[in-house]
Amino acid sequence: MARTTQKSATRKGPAVRKKRAPRTPPAHRVLALVATRKGAWLFHGDATRKTWRVDGPHFLGHIVNHLVLDPRDGRTLLAAAKTGHLGPTIFRSTDRGRTWKEASTPPAFAKSAEGEIGRAVDHTFWLTPCHANEPNAWYAGTSPQGLFRSDDGGDTWQPFSYINDDPQYRTWMGTVQDGTPDGPKLHSIIVDPRDPAHLYFSMSGGGVHESVDGGRSFSPLVKGMEVVDGFDVRNIAFHDPHCVRLCPSNPDRLYQQNHCGIYRIDRPSNEWTRIGKKMPRRVGDIGFPIVVHPRDADTAWVFPMDGTMVWPRTSPAGKPAVYVTRNGGKSWQRLDTGLPESQAWWTVKRQAMTADGQDPVGLYFGTTSGELWMSRDEGKRWTCIARNLPEIYAVETVQIP
Amino acid sequence: MKVLIPGPLLSYTQKREVEASGATLTELLTDLDRQYPGLRFRIIDEQHEMRPHMRFFVNGEQLFDMTHSLRTTDAVQIVQALSGG
Repeated sequence: MARTTQKSATRKGPAVRKKRAPRTPPAHRVLALVATRKGAWLFHGDATRKTWRVDGPHFLGHIVNHLVLDPRDGRTLLAAAKTGHLGPTIFRSTDRGRTWKEASTPPAFAKSAEGEIGRAVDHTFWLTPCHANEPNAWYAGTSPQGLFRSDDGGDTWQPFSYINDDPQYRTWMGTVQDGTPDGPKLHSIIVDPRDPAHLYFSMSGGGVHESVDGGRSFSPLVKGMEVVDGFDVRNIAFHDPHCVRLCPSNPDRLYQQNHCGIYRIDRPSNEWTRIGKKMPRRVGDIGFPIVVHPRDADTAWVFPMDGTMVWPRTSPAGKPAVYVTRNGGKSWQRLDTGLPESQAWWTVKRQAMTADGQDPVGLYFGTTSGELWMSRDEGKRWTCIARNLPEIYAVETVQIP
Repeated sequence: MKVLIPGPLLSYTQKREVEASGATLTELLTDLDRQYPGLRFRIIDEQHEMRPHMRFFVNGEQLFDMTHSLRTTDAVQIVQALSGG
């Protein structure tokens, strides 16, 4: 990010240090949307992001995998929910969470032909508003892997594209036994801000996929990605991208946190580069989330976890830290000021870390132990703004005028 | 016929016991969903299978066949096993 420096008034004399103008309070407040294993919470920040008003729980007892506010209207809120036993649904609010209505037709696979075994949506995992030019349209990714679309603000959902029932894609999706412990997932649905027909999605497992024709066709985008030792890298089913993000300031650049490392791709190249090799060896480059800077495509943040031996999926050595790259992955710096120095055995799931659009950027993450942390200075210092929540599955932010 | 509703579905019906009609369990659920939109999908999936932990009892007998014939005098109970943590 460019910074302005003050130059001295004369070449020989001492530098004239101008008094720094007080920082103008940001015009927007930040609303943090927190989805947990037992419900959803909304945290309303003040203009300085120093105090937070909590609103919740919403849907206490529901497993909420994602809570997303529509940036196109600033008021429509969708929650992907289920309980331990009731089937999956989508709750909708058009007044930013004051009142809720259930979707008329939640995402559901097509009924299978007689004699065939069909799939049933266990839960909706991921929600993405469609392109800015497609108001009220949303995409959803499910477990098991399915891609769905709503064109009416999340009230009714239909299978999108052909992949849900395509024999090749079904092979790449594998079986439920092949997926993550709480079910295989379709996630990281990304819409190119320049072109609503240019789409990406990812599957755990099943690789990264791209469409340039609005979903009429998709093709894998996995070259350069590694798989677990012993598996065949040519088999798309063995690829496990955990989280993929597109840089808003350079939509040709994407970052990926994978089961097997951190990657970057610069389109039109079709090959990912493992930039996580530059992480400290004792920490490694395994994790779930990755966050990109809203205005600087060279900056991204990750939250590494212990992916050794039996995969404890905790902070490495019980010492949680965020790592940042400011040069596209050539080097990484540890950011842990304010975080516990030891004996903190939590981690951060793939949807549970995000940034806001303020300057300096605010970073947020929710932990598996129910703590919500944030930084007002791009990760230099961390503050815990909520404790004792249920396990946090997702954190999103939106700027409110 | 009378249908007993489990606690997790009371947000739909607002009452423990409701009236619904149908010649089979499938038809009964269609009528319940007409009266209480969204209820059916929470307990029956898109392949028309009962979701895990959902059970149907008719006159005290547990049934898994959704085409089971019903009479207007039958008492239907929808039960949910609340296992897990």
